[in-house]
Amino acid sequence: MAILKTEDLTYVYSAGTPFEKTAVDHVNLEIESNQMIGVIGHTGSGKSTLMQHFNGLLQPTSGKIYLEQRDIWADKSRLREVRFQVGLVFQYPEYQLFEETVYKDIAFGVRNMGLQETEIRERVFETAQMLGMDKNLLERSPFALSGGQKRRAAIAGVMAMRPKILILDEPCAGLDPKGRNLMLRQIRDYQKKTGSTVLLVSHSMEDVAEFTEKLLVMSKARLFCYEDTKLVFRKSEELKELGLRIPQIASVMQALRKHGYDLPEDLYTVEQARQAVLQLLQNKVRSREDGASC
Amino acid sequence: MADNRIIRAEHLWFRYPSDTENPENATENNWILKDISLEIQKGSFTAILGHNGSGKSTLAKHMNAILIPEKGDLFVAGMNTREEKNLFAIRQKAGMVFQNPDNQIVASIVEEDVAFAPENLGIPPAEIRRRVDDALKAVRMYEYRHHAPSQLSGGQKQRVAIAGVIAMQPDCIILDEPTAMLDPQGRQEVMETIRKLNREQGITIVLITHYMEEAALAERVIVIDHGEMILDDPPEKVFSQVERMKKLGLDVPQVTELAWELNRAGFRISPEILTESECLEALEKLL
Repeated sequence: MAILKTEDLTYVYSAGTPFEKTAVDHVNLEIESNQMIGVIGHTGSGKSTLMQHFNGLLQPTSGKIYLEQRDIWADKSRLREVRFQVGLVFQYPEYQLFEETVYKDIAFGVRNMGLQETEIRERVFETAQMLGMDKNLLERSPFALSGGQKRRAAIAGVMAMRPKILILDEPCAGLDPKGRNLMLRQIRDYQKKTGSTVLLVSHSMEDVAEFTEKLLVMSKARLFCYEDTKLVFRKSEELKELGLRIPQIASVMQALRKHGYDLPEDLYTVEQARQAVLQLLQNKVRSREDGASC
Repeated sequence: MADNRIIRAEHLWFRYPSDTENPENATENNWILKDISLEIQKGSFTAILGHNGSGKSTLAKHMNAILIPEKGDLFVAGMNTREEKNLFAIRQKAGMVFQNPDNQIVASIVEEDVAFAPENLGIPPAEIRRRVDDALKAVRMYEYRHHAPSQLSGGQKQRVAIAGVIAMQPDCIILDEPTAMLDPQGRQEVMETIRKLNREQGITIVLITHYMEEAALAERVIVIDHGEMILDDPPEKVFSQVERMKKLGLDVPQVTELAWELNRAGFRISPEILTESECLEALEKLL
């Protein structure tokens, strides 16, 4: 059953002025629960505008958006609830930290939901732990943390609300390779543990290849496709035309296939490529040995 | 003898002033840069890698005198950054491009933004016109000269920022993660522009990046860790040390990692592979 659904969702910026621009154009989507979804598209493709509809920050110019079968704009008094259920973390969320301590900052959203103090405490500790933040960090000022920890504190504030859908806009921007990898593993663990749906907006094809099951691809305000990650990477030529590309290793593997080597389709991480190439090499050695023994 | 070194650091040490003002903090541990000595040749293309907090951006900021060493010296085209009278000349020789294009663009029209620096250098108007046009052509943004920067994509804005630096006719451009906020196409546009400026105009490039594929395009890779320069070699020599790079919190290009894994499994493939085409060729030989 779809947790989030859009019907001909359209959004026009500055309608009726010379700057009128359609940012989202008749998008029809059905997003299921409990999965990691990558959101990719060139700058200006409409992906951020689309994401801002999912928690009611923007109201569609036309078309509908349903959260668990309910039109989120049917009753505006329920929008607050929608925003608790769909969490949105902007790019560079650490600029939004403001509290005296990390604990208070993470607790801010949960407290607004009206939870009891004991439950707030539990949520804050559990979330901090999922993101690998040490307990003694919680009593420090968020502004005294390192860049990576600041970002985790900001993300934890939204995760602690346990939204059914969590949208993260470039959560790894500016992090070094090790920091990126750790952050993505922690996000995936959070997703598995909570059974929620995580939408990961990213410019890194390598990251979405490794960490997502499905990809939502936007291009020029339209939905280009919403499919299994491996199926999307089969469309390397089309992706290139959209200003995107496939992971470096995937393009080498596809070229080998094209040149007639007997490799499986859908190799898009280094680990997959390593196993497939080793298999091929071992087969070759074996057939040579068989030939020699005859 | 002509000095071919555009940048020269001699036993450079640095820590942030807030750490030195309070003597309690001034311990051995908070040096951001420790005894860095290096030379960068005119016309070269160098990439600097390091994890967050390693000191690489701090080093870059010494290269156009935004920061001054606490101990030791840094020279740009032979001028010591310590001497204030050199400041203008140094910033003209060595221009800097930062991560976020929106923080670097000052004017509301592309060509006015590019003209900003030469105007401040007091260059005659006709010469400014020529420089602005040349700079915009060099980054392939000439046809956008009358646009508002707000209408441009991230990659286009970053190329305008680069044009703003080129209009000063620098010998060297230092770019601090110029592609971190860009989509794949924007990244490619910026990288192509950088390589072209390096090859065709002989501009020295110092590129700080977290993308290993970008560093692989340089002729020299320097790795900074905890304020020390620990590697300084051609990219194939640096990236073939896969385990060491990962231990440093860095990575290697995917194709290099695959070649290294196969090599480790006992197959005859060089771990010094850097590009897709090199990898494809080597795999075809192997298979």
